[in-house]
Amino acid sequence: MKEKNNHKHAKRYGMVIDLDKCTGCGSCMVGCYSENNVPFKTDETNKLDSINWIQVYKITNGKPFPNTEVCYLPMPCMQCDGVGKHGHSPCVSVCPAVATDYDYETGIVSQIYTRCFGCRYCMAACPYHARKFNWWDPVWPADMEKYLSPNVSPRMRGVVEKCSFCFHRYQLARDKAYYEKREELKENEYQTACAEACPTGAITFGDLNNKSHAVYKLKNSPNAFRLLERLKTNPKVYYLSNKRWVRRAGDNYLAHEEPAKIKQKVNQHH
Amino acid sequence: MSSTDPNQTVSTEAAPETAPTPVDHEPETNDSPPSKSSGWAVFLFFMIGFVGSILSGWILFPELLYSKKDQPIDFNHAVHLDMVSDECNSCHYFRDDGSFAGMPDLSSCVDCHEEAQTDDPEEIKFVDEYVTPGIEVPWLNHSKQPDCVFFSHSAHVIGADMSCESCHGDIGTSEHTRVFEENRLTGYSRDIWGHSISRLGKPEAGEPLPMKMNDCAKCHKEETGHKGACFQCHK
Repeated sequence: MKEKNNHKHAKRYGMVIDLDKCTGCGSCMVGCYSENNVPFKTDETNKLDSINWIQVYKITNGKPFPNTEVCYLPMPCMQCDGVGKHGHSPCVSVCPAVATDYDYETGIVSQIYTRCFGCRYCMAACPYHARKFNWWDPVWPADMEKYLSPNVSPRMRGVVEKCSFCFHRYQLARDKAYYEKREELKENEYQTACAEACPTGAITFGDLNNKSHAVYKLKNSPNAFRLLERLKTNPKVYYLSNKRWVRRAGDNYLAHEEPAKIKQKVNQHH
Repeated sequence: MSSTDPNQTVSTEAAPETAPTPVDHEPETNDSPPSKSSGWAVFLFFMIGFVGSILSGWILFPELLYSKKDQPIDFNHAVHLDMVSDECNSCHYFRDDGSFAGMPDLSSCVDCHEEAQTDDPEEIKFVDEYVTPGIEVPWLNHSKQPDCVFFSHSAHVIGADMSCESCHGDIGTSEHTRVFEENRLTGYSRDIWGHSISRLGKPEAGEPLPMKMNDCAKCHKEETGHKGACFQCHK
């Protein structure tokens, strides 16, 4: 936590999700479940018990037929940078066990399950509901345990888990880069499972600091917004939408407030 | 209180008779501290317990904690190292995706050992019990880490240009396999904790380094200036 950013070329991995392309099919969730050994329950409708690292929410504009519009909102962990991008994420700053910390090299917020003792303070601190608690030991049906990924350690009862931006894929990509004596990763070498699973290409993943990555341009689009911008959590997950009501749904904006102006105001303080 | 012969002050009956000088606080002789002889007994008793607990903790406890196992085959690293061309990398190699193969599987051994090349009983046993029926050798891994640990051999060997010996010791020149001391509680090798149960001092030259998290962090701190973020080594 006290570690200083002493890397000149620090990455800031982030995601841009085009909500106009998202059909709400849930492929990203399925891809994530199988990639990250996320245990599923017999009754996934019980949202107090179910665990997922990315969840697709459904929002509507609240207008009666025929003006009703629906938008699907996939929400992974936002990997907050915190105020001033100093790694002061809401969850990191409250964890009493240092089970979650901010990796300055990638900007990814870690969660170490063997370190977590399940106080769930981070869940209370997270404004995005990104963190889930294991009320039970994971159980996979019959032979499914053989399909578990060896690159992600399964979690036990009593710990909190969350999206890691498929950090193990970053590690494996780094391994290959070391082997080939390269310093930098290519954009397509490190992609999250959800980004790869999305059939419409709504999810774009890459280094927000790297001008050659697709996310760099997308995040600067006038249609880009982040959730709860006003809280200054500085998330690394951006959303795109042409629809004004969707952009306004990103925070609890008052009728007279313009999201763009709030965004500008918040960014000035960073 | 005046200093008197301790032997006299023990007996309260004798005190009034043999007091050589008038005693100011005669009744207090009842509350006088225990004699030196009983103090020594207490001290001796304490030391016996103290030394006994240290000995049992440092000698008996490791004996109980670790079970001793032999490798399935008494492998001779020295012989193999003389015959291969690319040192350790000949059998413990990197795959093209940068991952490390670790202990070679049977197919690597079969390249040379389809039939026994010598009349060494260990080699004949290896061919008869594993090669011919096609069974993987259940080697006992001295460096096996828990499930939550991510260790990149390419980052250390290729990235940081470290030698195998710097962590694994002089395993390459060994003629016999070492006894595998397995922690009865965790199932991990004693090498992870290190041979010294108190974890004091450094391992002797040629011995493998202990591989607890603090050992990794210590080296990282020395080499890179900081211990690194959690995700660097955890998964």
